[in-house]
Amino acid sequence: MIANLAQLAAVLATALFIFSLHWMNDPKTARRGVIAGVTAMVIAVVATWIQPQIIHHGWIVGAIILGFVVGVPLSLVPLTAVPQRTALSHAFGGLAAGLVGTAEYFLGLGENPAHLTTFRMTALVAEVILGFLTFTGSLMAAGKLQEVKWIPQRPVTYPGQNVVNIGILGIAVALGAMVVMQPAAAWSPQAFLAIVGLATLFGVLLIIPIGGADMPTVISILNSYAGLSAVAMGFVLNNKLLVTAGALDGSSGLILSIIMCRAMNRSFTNVLFGAFGTVQKAKAGGEQKAWKQETVEGAAQLLEQARLVVIVPGYGMAVAQAQHKVRELYDQLTKRGITVKFAMHPVAGRMPGHMNVLLAEADIPYTALIEMDEINPEMPQCDVAVVVGANDVVNPAARYAKGSPIYGMPIIDADKARTCLAIKRSKSPGFAGIDNELYVSDNTWMLFGDAKAVIGDLVKQFAGGSGIH
Amino acid sequence: MIDGLLAAKTAPPEAAAGDYWSMLFVFVLATFIGLGVIRRVSRLLYTPLMSLTNAISAIAVVGSIVVTGADYPQMIRILGAVALFASMTNIVSGFLITDRMLKMFKKQ
Repeated sequence: MIANLAQLAAVLATALFIFSLHWMNDPKTARRGVIAGVTAMVIAVVATWIQPQIIHHGWIVGAIILGFVVGVPLSLVPLTAVPQRTALSHAFGGLAAGLVGTAEYFLGLGENPAHLTTFRMTALVAEVILGFLTFTGSLMAAGKLQEVKWIPQRPVTYPGQNVVNIGILGIAVALGAMVVMQPAAAWSPQAFLAIVGLATLFGVLLIIPIGGADMPTVISILNSYAGLSAVAMGFVLNNKLLVTAGALDGSSGLILSIIMCRAMNRSFTNVLFGAFGTVQKAKAGGEQKAWKQETVEGAAQLLEQARLVVIVPGYGMAVAQAQHKVRELYDQLTKRGITVKFAMHPVAGRMPGHMNVLLAEADIPYTALIEMDEINPEMPQCDVAVVVGANDVVNPAARYAKGSPIYGMPIIDADKARTCLAIKRSKSPGFAGIDNELYVSDNTWMLFGDAKAVIGDLVKQFAGGSGIH
Repeated sequence: MIDGLLAAKTAPPEAAAGDYWSMLFVFVLATFIGLGVIRRVSRLLYTPLMSLTNAISAIAVVGSIVVTGADYPQMIRILGAVALFASMTNIVSGFLITDRMLKMFKKQ
């Protein structure tokens, strides 16, 4: 009876999870998705907890309380820190799968070795490899995003790196095959622990050569791995709910990875093994055109005369925490009857959708956030394109410079606007060390300085600007 | 949702093998449903989508509950308890931050 109740709960939870994701298709219904997800989770947890074989409750209560103690503060991080929080939660997901896999193996070994069938062992090995590599890989990604001191931000590469990485994974898989065939031999527990160690090491080595601009793709791939490790856990535990929920997570990560890769014109293997930014050092010697610098007053006048202004936000906006000032500028411009739109590149920022969340936080209506494919045809009609901390996603070199690592990447056509104002922190090239021709093009004017300060000054021009009106 | 270990102890191996096929079946179908549903998610919401799916996949918590709470050796239960803590953290922070972000998306 109580076992049937558990099955019923699993079916209900599965349906609710699917609805939860379905409601995410529109911002209007999206919050319902959270309610559905929480309901499903509570149903599943209660139905498991009341099963007769659960006899120790103290540790469960303790772990749940600790989960709240750590989870609540993690949910309150500033939105600029959401990428690292997401990476951290992939790490937790991987860790949970890896630990349960390890526990299940030693449990089977100690109590009933015959129970470690080939199928279950295969799932176990997959669970442990995926779980632990997601754990350390995501921790590294979180560390890079958080700019932890002892984790290098720039890609770290060395000769033979890919051979080493693939070799380590290969050894882990080979050991895995041996343990699958001989789960209860004298050497098997050691081999199993070696797999754990190698997967842990592989996760670190996999992320070391990856730079910040690739983070949206890497986070999506790790998301997919975290989901797949949950699927493997479901196979091990013979639990369909786990398989379903893990598959939903895995397919979501997969779709996001594909979208991110397309938005950079790169393949999975290229992201994981390509070490972005090592290909090209700034091509010294070539004709160096000069920037044209503009004053805040001049920029304000330019904006004032515009009818359509398109703002292109990038990671620099997040770094400078400039989104609220951008909102003030948006208010000042719309008040004057100027149409303001935001051009959203899929890989702007450090994770999928990063810029959308920051602008939504600043109370900018989501109807003003326009996808790249929709805004580009409008760019020739745009009077002023304002580039706020974006760089590679507006670099015209992506259209024709064959040697460039961003060649072929779809970009926002800021250079096709009648004029372009680019706000940039420093005069150095962008993340990948690539020169950006947009900045030296004839109709671009530069505003150097911290994005928040520069836009703040612009807003002041408009607010106090009796001189303009 | 019953602990697979206990279930398999009583079932003959052939039955267990049949079960694995049905698990693969569920996996393939769920992946297709996932691809279909996720493809329709609004591009505006990719960040909250990621935190939501993260919380959902923390359903692994049910596995951790069994490992932690059943009558197993202490070492095993310690591993389970750490896993339970990790999953619970994802559930709590994942759902809370998703809701926090979704609240911010306004039309006007």
